[in-house]
Amino acid sequence: MTKAIPTKAKTKTPAKAKAKAPTKAKPKQGDILLQMRNIHIKGKSDESWIDIINGIDLDLYRGEVLGLIGESGAGKSTLGLAAMGFCRDGCKITDGSISFDGMDLMQMDKSSLRELRGKRIAYVAQSAAASFNPAHKLLDQFCEAPLVHDVMSRNDASQYAIDLYDRMNLPSPETFGLRYPHEVSGGQLQRAMTAMALSCRPDLIIFDEPTTALDVTTQIEVLAAIKDIVKEFNTAAIYISHDLAVVAQMADRIKVLLKGDEVEQAPTEIMLKKPSQEYTKSLWAVREHTRKEQPAVKNQTPVISIKSVTAGYHSSVDVLRDVSFDIHKRRTVAVVGESGSGKSTTARVVTGLLPPRMGSIEFQGETLPAQYQSRSREQLRHIQMIYQMADTALNPKLRIRDLIARPAKMYLGLTGKALDDRVRDLLHMIEMEPDQFIDRLPSELSGGQKQRIGIARAIAAEPTVIICDEVTSALDQLVAEGILKLLDRLQSELDLSYMFITHDLATVRAIADEVVVMKDGDVVEQGIKSKMFKPPHHPYTELLLGSVPEMDPKWLDRLLDSRGKDNLGDAAIAKMNKKS
Amino acid sequence: MSNVIKMILKRLGLGVLTLLLLSLLIFLSVEALPGDLAETILGQQATPENVAAIRKELGLDLPAHTRYLNWLGGMLQGDFGNSLALKKPISGLIAPRLQNTLFLTLYTACIAVPLALILGMAASLFRNGYFDRISNATALSAISMPEFFIGYIMIYFFALSGYFPSMANINPNTAFIDKLYVCFLPALTLTLCVTAHMMRMTRAAIINVLALPYIEMANLKGVKPRRVIVHHALPNAIAPIVNVVALNLAYLITGVVIVEIVFVFPGLGQLMVDGVKFRDVPVVQATALIFASAYVGLNLLADIISTITNPRLMRQR
Amino acid sequence: MAYLLTLLWIIVAVLVSLGAGWCFRAFLISVSSQNMAKVFRTAPLTASFGLLVIAIYTSCAVFAPLIAPYGEAEILSYGFEPWSSDYWLGTDNLGRDVFTRLIYGARNTVGIAFLITALAFIFGTIIGIYTALKGGFIDQLLSRLIDVLMAIPSLIFSLLMLTIFGTNVISLVLVIATIDSTRVFRIARAVALNIVQLDYIEAAKLRGENTLYLIIREILPNALAPLAAEFGLRFCFVFLMISALSFMGLGLQPPSADWGSMVRDNADLISFGDITPLIPAGAIALLTIAVNFVVDWMLHRASGLKD
Repeated sequence: MTKAIPTKAKTKTPAKAKAKAPTKAKPKQGDILLQMRNIHIKGKSDESWIDIINGIDLDLYRGEVLGLIGESGAGKSTLGLAAMGFCRDGCKITDGSISFDGMDLMQMDKSSLRELRGKRIAYVAQSAAASFNPAHKLLDQFCEAPLVHDVMSRNDASQYAIDLYDRMNLPSPETFGLRYPHEVSGGQLQRAMTAMALSCRPDLIIFDEPTTALDVTTQIEVLAAIKDIVKEFNTAAIYISHDLAVVAQMADRIKVLLKGDEVEQAPTEIMLKKPSQEYTKSLWAVREHTRKEQPAVKNQTPVISIKSVTAGYHSSVDVLRDVSFDIHKRRTVAVVGESGSGKSTTARVVTGLLPPRMGSIEFQGETLPAQYQSRSREQLRHIQMIYQMADTALNPKLRIRDLIARPAKMYLGLTGKALDDRVRDLLHMIEMEPDQFIDRLPSELSGGQKQRIGIARAIAAEPTVIICDEVTSALDQLVAEGILKLLDRLQSELDLSYMFITHDLATVRAIADEVVVMKDGDVVEQGIKSKMFKPPHHPYTELLLGSVPEMDPKWLDRLLDSRGKDNLGDAAIAKMNKKS
Repeated sequence: MSNVIKMILKRLGLGVLTLLLLSLLIFLSVEALPGDLAETILGQQATPENVAAIRKELGLDLPAHTRYLNWLGGMLQGDFGNSLALKKPISGLIAPRLQNTLFLTLYTACIAVPLALILGMAASLFRNGYFDRISNATALSAISMPEFFIGYIMIYFFALSGYFPSMANINPNTAFIDKLYVCFLPALTLTLCVTAHMMRMTRAAIINVLALPYIEMANLKGVKPRRVIVHHALPNAIAPIVNVVALNLAYLITGVVIVEIVFVFPGLGQLMVDGVKFRDVPVVQATALIFASAYVGLNLLADIISTITNPRLMRQR
Repeated sequence: MAYLLTLLWIIVAVLVSLGAGWCFRAFLISVSSQNMAKVFRTAPLTASFGLLVIAIYTSCAVFAPLIAPYGEAEILSYGFEPWSSDYWLGTDNLGRDVFTRLIYGARNTVGIAFLITALAFIFGTIIGIYTALKGGFIDQLLSRLIDVLMAIPSLIFSLLMLTIFGTNVISLVLVIATIDSTRVFRIARAVALNIVQLDYIEAAKLRGENTLYLIIREILPNALAPLAAEFGLRFCFVFLMISALSFMGLGLQPPSADWGSMVRDNADLISFGDITPLIPAGAIALLTIAVNFVVDWMLHRASGLKD
């Protein structure tokens, strides 16, 4: 079962290697640390057991970073946790062996496993906010593992904590640990969790999607910190993510998973340049889709005109400040920004859910009533919306037929056979076979299919403009690609205009004609796409563009070189704010 | 810290307001009576003289708001008016009975609360084992049984064999030990009902906390189970558990009424039921107000304690 | 010694009930459609037993005149006759057949409890969902109002109301239904609030759908599962309260057969070691246990707990 791996001479990578980026193509030389063979994991769903992992092998050498890539449901987290011999409630490891540093984890009893966890294998969870106990200080939670495992004294642990906080570039490292979890920001908390994982100087850290929940500009800080520290301590790591570009920065070797099976694995550079499997190639290819350049807009009345809108939810706080932009016929305007930028609020103002304090919305030249209740049915019909989460956007108790028929009935007065035909037409338009889907419930559909139904519902009203609120953000890359292509096609067939809200710049590149960049309620920059992606930029746009990981493993190192460690993410934004 | 004090004061204020509104409600409900109160009470004996006498007695000739204020003012000073049936001041009737009922309630609480908490914690720790399933089914059965059923079963089993008295008759002169002995069966009956509720809710509260991500994180750090529970789970479970306990103690207030009847216990509940039977409105109003105040008070206490023990709120600077 | 015997009886009773539950579940699986059969297969024994009990009680309530050997208020013999072949459970204090009154009690007590719960439910749900939908001022006002009403324990409030309005069936039904609808309001509002913030409600609003459509077609179908469970719980509560009130002499008045008052009337028998008065009380307990088991199962399914 376990193959004996001959020990090769260790080639140490220099500890402070900021100046030159070590080539990732060279296989890391070192002892084998973790060997998982033929792992089978099953999970309980209702009353039956379903397969989550079907016979995967995993090898990890000391000091090596292995990237685990896969779409949601591939089993990456489950596999990562299994490396500690841990299974979540409702799951169990049914077959296979796990060997860590020569110890057979499957044979160990609970207390021995507990000794390993936190001390020699550590875990960094996806959501730092949920993983810290709100009742205790950060420092106390940092010191817990070393104290419980008797690795160092309280004083030593506190000192070590300050040291790590400093290395991770956290503000005021001496006093940072004295704060409570809710008192620090998301990016800082994630770094604190990474520090906590290092508290016992483990041999292996499992990073479970550590930056997925963070904004792109915050993400860089965390990525830089993790990469730095892992190199310095020569810790082995399993880096789990669905974001290929991010994994490309962090991992020496990449393993691709699909629905519990391994698709392929290879060193990073080889994987990026010459993937061998079709599935891997399709994952890479996703980012290639772009939109054709559109002819310039001549003097026409814009379909939607947002004029100097200032709005907010509570009387004192303005979420939007003097926002203005136009959407023209058959054009897609991408509204980009990070969380809190006000993009979704803009959509609410346009649809009439949130009346603005100042400014107005015009549709084809005529001013719309601020509240949707005051608008006529025709006015409502022309502006439709598609939502991010298809699960909550469709009434789970209604069948597809009723979901799509309702707008057609209400707005266009169709009934009987005409209505039925129309529903079938719409299903054809979204590339779903009517007979197969028309009587189904949403729960029987996949995420991508549900989103298509959302699209069908929107076009059933025969609108002029559709607001797409982060419609692909919750979908896997491949599925998202399909949706974008569909939207593109429908736009030319039905003469639609889109207001496409997103935080993902790759999506913007793929579908936009014009781009509006928003930050904290202001429009920071706007213009046609080709101009936006070329310098000169507004500093925020530049920051945003630069923060998106690229598929080049050297990207992060180059960014660190050009910006410097102190000028990333939140720190950079703060500096920018001070300047302006 | 001042944030928390402000919150507590706000709750207290709301509590007082609720009580005032309640007293208004209790007062006004009598006003809502169709027809004349005096005539309705007297029923067939409603001769003009009797009606006039009752009206004078109840002060029905005064305008409503005056009566309300008189009534409320009197209550606050301990004067609850006179009983229609017994023609005696109500405060004299209430005082000893309130004491008795309080004794019984506290007696029950002392047994029930620790028992329920221990059973609930055990059930949540040994989740889905046999202990959990059996105790869950037993608890579910216990809360389904009417108090009088349990009471009579107690009498059947324990009183008939002579171990305990079937009628819990105590008076101010009864010695403490005797009180404990005599009231054992009623207390046991109440305990059975309340413990079951509390146990289920405690179990649910603890399971909720154990499902939180930071508990998993603690486990993944290799922290021993005992420390996970005491150090991580408990501080965050105190608030929901306190809520559970207070809610059930409030529920105890209604349970005590029935138990008092089964065991012929001279308490406030007996007084109220007799008042209802004889349509003795002042008595019912007075006892209703006392019970309601206790209920509101307990809910308020639960609210405040759960606010204080909520780590997130307390740590806000 | 007697305790051991009782314990033995209890164990036998539990085993018999579980066995009966198993048989009933097999029966249900065989007669129901594919979808329903799948549902029934997941039912624990306690829930199947509960369903069996509910079925029996419902049949008693509906077919009472056909099942009962004698008339509801027929005085047949001397009071407190022992169990015999003529009078299966003996006679009560006035000489009426206890078994007959037990059957008719099912109709009266369960029937009234069901009626009250249904009324409370209809009223509370509509208002609860409406306030959740409208939000704002109406929500604040109604919630505060209901909070105050709920600050009085139900029993106390009912006693107060009954003092004033008298203890006839109509006032009993209206008083308890009103008091109970406050609890239903609270839970309906909580469930509706969760639904109202979902995107498909917003989509429906933007279509210009009116309030009635939103309540009936969008919100209600998605609220049924938790509300159905709550219906069961509220039924138990109302049922226990009616029994308690009757026990105190304030519920259904004679000569109607009612389980609570039957316990009170025959309570003296206990001192003679006769368990006859415990039987109506046991009947109350059994139905409540049954409904609780079924509701527990429904809640377990709805929350999809993996624990």
